[in-house]
Amino acid sequence: MSNNRYIVIVGCGRLGSHLANHLSRAGNSVVVIDRDEPTFNDLSPDFSGFRVHGDATQMAVLREAKVKNADVLIATTHEDNVNLMVAQVARGIFSVPHVLARVFDPKREEVYAQLGIDTICPTSVAAKMFLRAVADGAAEREGAQS
Amino acid sequence: MKILIVGGGKTLYFLSRNFAARGYQVVIINRNREECVQLARQLSATVVCGDGSDAGILKEAGAMGADAILAITPNDQDNLVICQLASLKFGVPRTVALANDPDNAEVFEKLGVSGFSTTRIVGSLIEQRASLEQITNLLPVGEGRVNVTEIVLDDDSPVAGKLLRDIDLPENALVAVVIRDNRPIVPRGANDLLAGDRVVLITLPENHGPVLKAFTGERI
Repeated sequence: MSNNRYIVIVGCGRLGSHLANHLSRAGNSVVVIDRDEPTFNDLSPDFSGFRVHGDATQMAVLREAKVKNADVLIATTHEDNVNLMVAQVARGIFSVPHVLARVFDPKREEVYAQLGIDTICPTSVAAKMFLRAVADGAAEREGAQS
Repeated sequence: MKILIVGGGKTLYFLSRNFAARGYQVVIINRNREECVQLARQLSATVVCGDGSDAGILKEAGAMGADAILAITPNDQDNLVICQLASLKFGVPRTVALANDPDNAEVFEKLGVSGFSTTRIVGSLIEQRASLEQITNLLPVGEGRVNVTEIVLDDDSPVAGKLLRDIDLPENALVAVVIRDNRPIVPRGANDLLAGDRVVLITLPENHGPVLKAFTGERI
């Protein structure tokens, strides 16, 4: 991964701020957007990117964040529908080459895969890991018994 | 005709009442339990309590057999997702989303959902009505890309007494109908226009002003 990309992160919650800190430290130009200004306090002191205060479902806010220049956009707000809309706008209207959206509801993820939007569903990911851990635990126990 | 409406407030109430009065089967989806109880009491509509952007709720509301869905919540992102889900997952043939932010009307269109902005519609109505008292009717059609305007010609009109073929009309404008003494005429080049005629014009928003000017003089 080259380290000088222009990355827009929508939502500066726990995940958004973590990603922003990480990607900024790695040398990328990062812009974070959040409609709740105090969330910017979660950014680390060495975060060197820009902060845009506003609602990312408004075109004016996305224009202010210069989304049309972005190489990557990551939508990580707590609202699935916001992430899905922002991802589609970024890809369909601003032609951002790489767009990712977090979606909590696995049912929604399925439909948006049809629309060609890359989504990451923390619920499915966590469930998969738990199930694997449970299966492995069972295997270990079986192994111990034999 | 079966219509699903997602949203709340007075707009939803009066729309549902109108649709129900026309004999449509109306299903309302609203997230607020109390409002749902009120709506169910006041309207002859089915009310489903829940999140309209949830596929399970749409299914429960009978999205599978709906002819149209109208999403008028105060959140643009919800309206978009509701319409996309309805059309992709349930095959609802007509979906219409309210764009609270007027910029989003265009965004929705590009993402494959019919969008409309009340701000834009009311704004253009007020602008055009206030600027010209001769306009008696204005109807935006084709999602606002075409205007149908009815005006009454008065004695000062620069086109009164002229033949249609002699009138220098801007491009993309059409005189669709002339109503004279309550008699509609579909005009051709050889027809004339007189003071007192009601003229129905078809214009595009870009040339709406200049076309009106050509018919009414310099008072815009």
